[in-house]
Amino acid sequence: MSQTSPAAGAEIEVRGLHKSFGDNEVLRGIDLEIGRGEVVCVIGPSGSGKSTLLRCVNLLEEPTKGQVLVGGTELTDPDVDIDAVRRRIGMVFQQFNLFPHLTVTRNLTLPQRRVLGRDKAEAARVAAENLARVGLSEKADAYPASLSGGQQQRVAIARSLSMGPEVMLFDEPTSALDPELVGDVLAVMRMLADEGMTMMVVTHEMTFAREVADRVVFMDGGVIVEQGAPAQVIGDPAHERTRHFLSRLLDPAMAEVEEGTPEQLGKGD
Amino acid sequence: MTAPDVRLQPRKKGLTRTQKRTLSRGAQYVVFVAAVIAFAVAADWGRLKNQFAQWSIAKQMFPDVITLALKNTVLYTLSGFVVGLVLGMVIALMRLSSVGPYRWVAGIYIEIFRGLPALLIFIFIGVAVPLAFPGTEIVGGTYGKVALALGLVAAAYMAETIRAGIQAVPKGQMEAARSLGFSPARAMISIIIPQAFRIILPPLTNELVLLFKDSSLVLFLGVTLEERELSKYGRDLASTTANSTPILVAGLCYLLVTIPLGFVVRRMEAKAQEAVK
Repeated sequence: MSQTSPAAGAEIEVRGLHKSFGDNEVLRGIDLEIGRGEVVCVIGPSGSGKSTLLRCVNLLEEPTKGQVLVGGTELTDPDVDIDAVRRRIGMVFQQFNLFPHLTVTRNLTLPQRRVLGRDKAEAARVAAENLARVGLSEKADAYPASLSGGQQQRVAIARSLSMGPEVMLFDEPTSALDPELVGDVLAVMRMLADEGMTMMVVTHEMTFAREVADRVVFMDGGVIVEQGAPAQVIGDPAHERTRHFLSRLLDPAMAEVEEGTPEQLGKGD
Repeated sequence: MTAPDVRLQPRKKGLTRTQKRTLSRGAQYVVFVAAVIAFAVAADWGRLKNQFAQWSIAKQMFPDVITLALKNTVLYTLSGFVVGLVLGMVIALMRLSSVGPYRWVAGIYIEIFRGLPALLIFIFIGVAVPLAFPGTEIVGGTYGKVALALGLVAAAYMAETIRAGIQAVPKGQMEAARSLGFSPARAMISIIIPQAFRIILPPLTNELVLLFKDSSLVLFLGVTLEERELSKYGRDLASTTANSTPILVAGLCYLLVTIPLGFVVRRMEAKAQEAVK
């Protein structure tokens, strides 16, 4: 039996989440709620646990302790039909993970047919529609290997959208891309946000976070250090660790000078 | 004042590197040519031709050597390959299972059947199984026995090949499939295994070549005239004609298949190499 709480307005709910890999405790008690239609960007230094948190939200990583609820269904319930819940959660990976042996169209239609049981015509119609949304209709018959990274990522987004998800998770979707290809992917994500999709985005793109996110969550050392409106967290962070991270990210060359001596930096961790 | 570096001194005597290499290469060629000449001179070509290249005997082997013997060899090989592939797939998946006992059973199977000579398996299937289960008959008679014996051996090797192929598919593929809502089994069948087979096509074809040769072990099962394959056919004819020509012809028939197959494997490997770049 999966626990449902229809009263809760939150689309994603994370309660007291812990995750360890062996002795390494990556998440040390995370509480997070994301409302319907909300766009939340999770930022933080590498190793802060932000990707692990995202992967816990669709149970690609099994939490050590705590609860994850999506759309009122508790994923961490051992008896939950995880495949059924995942159909409602789209996931976009840093490395795209398109199926290389299938054409773009087949990448979009195969999951619909195998998982949702849609018939051929319906799957093809949905695929064409979503391919058009990401602006890649002309690549329908291409194989992933012949596409640029940015195009592959947009196909990956279209593949997720074809399943009709209620929530979209993005795991550093632009980190593997050449800088000039980032814009197309961000444009697609911005479009989704404007359409009211509930989105949780792990990213280093501060401009995107500032302009598109409803809320920014800063993580470090496996905990949420601070969260709030982008203008506040990115523009005027309350915590030293956030300031430190942002200054390094926005201007790597200046970070050391602005933040003082290495000894002081060490204390911040 | 330090002593001058010896290595920088010009050589007073002896050969340069290039001269040494030329000399050593030349010596190898001389030995090789001498060996060939010695063999050619020492061999009794007349007797050899008599024993191995009797045109009249070779001629009377046709068309049976093709329509019967080669056909049976191919039939045995393919049936063994299919059994091996199906069984090998099951064992590979057991080997990758999260269930301990499955992994152990698969591991034990692989160790046993890779460690035993194929000949023993054939004898076991031909002799021990009928003794152990009196009255039972392996489906398909000789064909069934051969398919089973070859399949049992091949499965052990193929299981390891298939396992390696599955593990060579990037982890992200399974993650992408699972996050789209595929069950583990569906993801395996629809996404992982098709990619794994692309990777292991060359080693699987190699396995086919090995099976093609191992099908000669049918010799030890006791077969009817109609069930003879190349080796048995060649040996029978060699003893009735008291001449070894049939052996040579049978051998050429094997090469007729194995050499093109080997060529195909090398082509596939080269293509795979290119795809990696």
